[in-house]
Amino acid sequence: MPDSQVARDAILSSIRTALRAPAGVDTAAIASEYAALPRLYKREGTMDPAALLDLFTHRLVEYDAGVYRTSAENIGSEVARILSERGRRRIAIPDGLPPEWLPDGFDFQRASRFGEHQLDQLEGVLTGCTVACAETGSIVLQNAAAQGPRSLTLVPDYHLCVVFAAQVLETVPECFARLDADAALPTTFFSGPSATADIEMTRIKGVHGPRFLDVLLVV
Amino acid sequence: MKEQAHSPWSNRSFPEAAKDLLADSQIRRNVRHATNVIQAKRNRVVGELPDWEQLRDAGAAIRAHALKHLDHYLAQFEENCTRAGGHIHWARDAAEANRIILELIQRHAAKEVIKIKTMTSEEIGLNRNLQANGIQPHETDLAELIIQLGRDKPSHFVVPALHKNRQQVREIFQREMHLPDLGGQPEDLASAARTYLREKYLRIKVAVSGANFLVAENGAVCIVESEGNGRMCLTLPDVLISLVGIEKVLPRYRDLEVFLQTLPRSATGERMNPYNSIWTGVHAGDGPKEFHVVLLDNGRSPILADDESRQTLQCIRCAACLNACPVYHQTGGHAYESVYPGPIGAILTPQLHSMHEGRSLPYASSLCGACYEVCPVKINIPEVLIHLRGKVVQQDQKTLSGKLGLWNIGMQAAAFLFADASRLSLAQHLGQIGQKVVVSKNGFIEHLPLMLSGWTQTRDLRPLPAQSFRDWWEQREKTQQTPIATAPTSSDKTQEKKHAG
Repeated sequence: MPDSQVARDAILSSIRTALRAPAGVDTAAIASEYAALPRLYKREGTMDPAALLDLFTHRLVEYDAGVYRTSAENIGSEVARILSERGRRRIAIPDGLPPEWLPDGFDFQRASRFGEHQLDQLEGVLTGCTVACAETGSIVLQNAAAQGPRSLTLVPDYHLCVVFAAQVLETVPECFARLDADAALPTTFFSGPSATADIEMTRIKGVHGPRFLDVLLVV
Repeated sequence: MKEQAHSPWSNRSFPEAAKDLLADSQIRRNVRHATNVIQAKRNRVVGELPDWEQLRDAGAAIRAHALKHLDHYLAQFEENCTRAGGHIHWARDAAEANRIILELIQRHAAKEVIKIKTMTSEEIGLNRNLQANGIQPHETDLAELIIQLGRDKPSHFVVPALHKNRQQVREIFQREMHLPDLGGQPEDLASAARTYLREKYLRIKVAVSGANFLVAENGAVCIVESEGNGRMCLTLPDVLISLVGIEKVLPRYRDLEVFLQTLPRSATGERMNPYNSIWTGVHAGDGPKEFHVVLLDNGRSPILADDESRQTLQCIRCAACLNACPVYHQTGGHAYESVYPGPIGAILTPQLHSMHEGRSLPYASSLCGACYEVCPVKINIPEVLIHLRGKVVQQDQKTLSGKLGLWNIGMQAAAFLFADASRLSLAQHLGQIGQKVVVSKNGFIEHLPLMLSGWTQTRDLRPLPAQSFRDWWEQREKTQQTPIATAPTSSDKTQEKKHAG
């Protein structure tokens, strides 16, 4: 028997001994015990849509992100305006990004062709998202169309993220309810630009992830 | 595998180690400042949630349930993580975990690894072991980098360099990164770390991490962090090795909805920390091509056997109990001489070592209960502390010196006296006579002899009254007419006031 198998059996049997567990696992009993666990915390949001978007905006601004609003037909022109203001031209994009989000005059480069070193040379990244949480000011990315692999939104120093109003939910549990279906996809929650509080507990923006974040809210 | 260097933690007792730290006013200032800041932030964002207590209840129940069926959930995690392309390894102790990780790194002929902050790697002394075998680990968490470059040891498990202020960090970076002109603002220091580490992220092909949560139902792993160093280590290298304590498993993916609310608010006082990563196994075209999880027991499974202290393993390492603890506030983390400091360390450390190490730690508390109040998974730390004190005593009673020690004899004598009314009454009468040698002129006992002297170091005691309550009661029963006003306590109160004045 290989070492790892020996260690596995030893640990599991040590756990069973310690728990005084009966031989054989009664999965049905465990499942019904699990179902009876208390969950009296807030799961559904109660805010009206306008207040919800205001809260989300407020949270993001507190994290020092830029937040802009636009309508679905003006996404492309807003993207152009924000990128010009930031002075960023060479922008990485994931597969599946709607072409109408990509205005002329910029150098959009499909990220699937690059390694990390090349990503490091680009000036920013433009993506959509899966879902967002107003209460915590978090945006959730998955490896899906218009979002791409995790390194894409990590290595460049600037991130412009397009969030639709319908993607913004009030509570963390609501977000998990929506994520549950594709839970196996690589998933990243980000709340503002990268930050640390390791030196004297002061929140400092910008360590290893993107130091600059803009969110374009489509209402 | 070569032998590793010695652990940086000495086997001094808490009072011995605390004495040195209490004399270090710089550390005390830094610790006080940092813990005050985190606590204020934590209280603010916790106060925002009207359902905070319900989140604590759910968190405690989920963790307790997972521990109660740990064998089942671990096997389920193993099956699902393997199906998703991960490799599971089991390590009974630190040596086994070190050997597994070293072999994995050597298989890829790597000479350097990048690391995300992980308490379990600290617990098994991974860095020392890797270095002894010619592999250089690079810590990427800012605080861990400060500790590593400063050849220091962590004092807190969310903010390991909490005992260092910005000036001290600047000096370390200037020296170790060869940046003589580095500025002293936190932004300058963070930016220096960004440049120093980015080259490593892009070059080094093996990463080592811990994990905050494992999900049994789909084999997912969750890591909660701030800086993005975690994301770098989790996504850029070809090989990722996650070392995780066996207790970290949650039944379902959606259980994260509880802990991703309580952990950030408790740990750093944020509504959500900047980054959470959740992934299952390997994913083509995204992240490492090879993923290993090393499940570490190292003294955890026996803790499950003890119904009273099993709750210790519910811990999600938020460190709120450290920040709330009046003892930690004074001493900082190094006084605990343990990877896990503070109230949770005081119950976890001795249990991980079957009560053979860290035996002074259950006493490093005033039992005020602040730790229990802030704990997001409701670990009743004071209850466990008392329980473990009992274990220390029982252990001592098994040795000859313990059995014949003054404490044991004293306590046994007390137990004997308190067990019977006539014995207690006799003892009280003897005490009334015997105390005459220790009562001072002001009518108070200012100095008790021998091992009791500690008690009178900072307080005076009132002597036993001339008439005990039992005597008074007996007399009252006989006469049936003693009015309450003449109860013997009234004269005592006058004396207390006089003394206070």
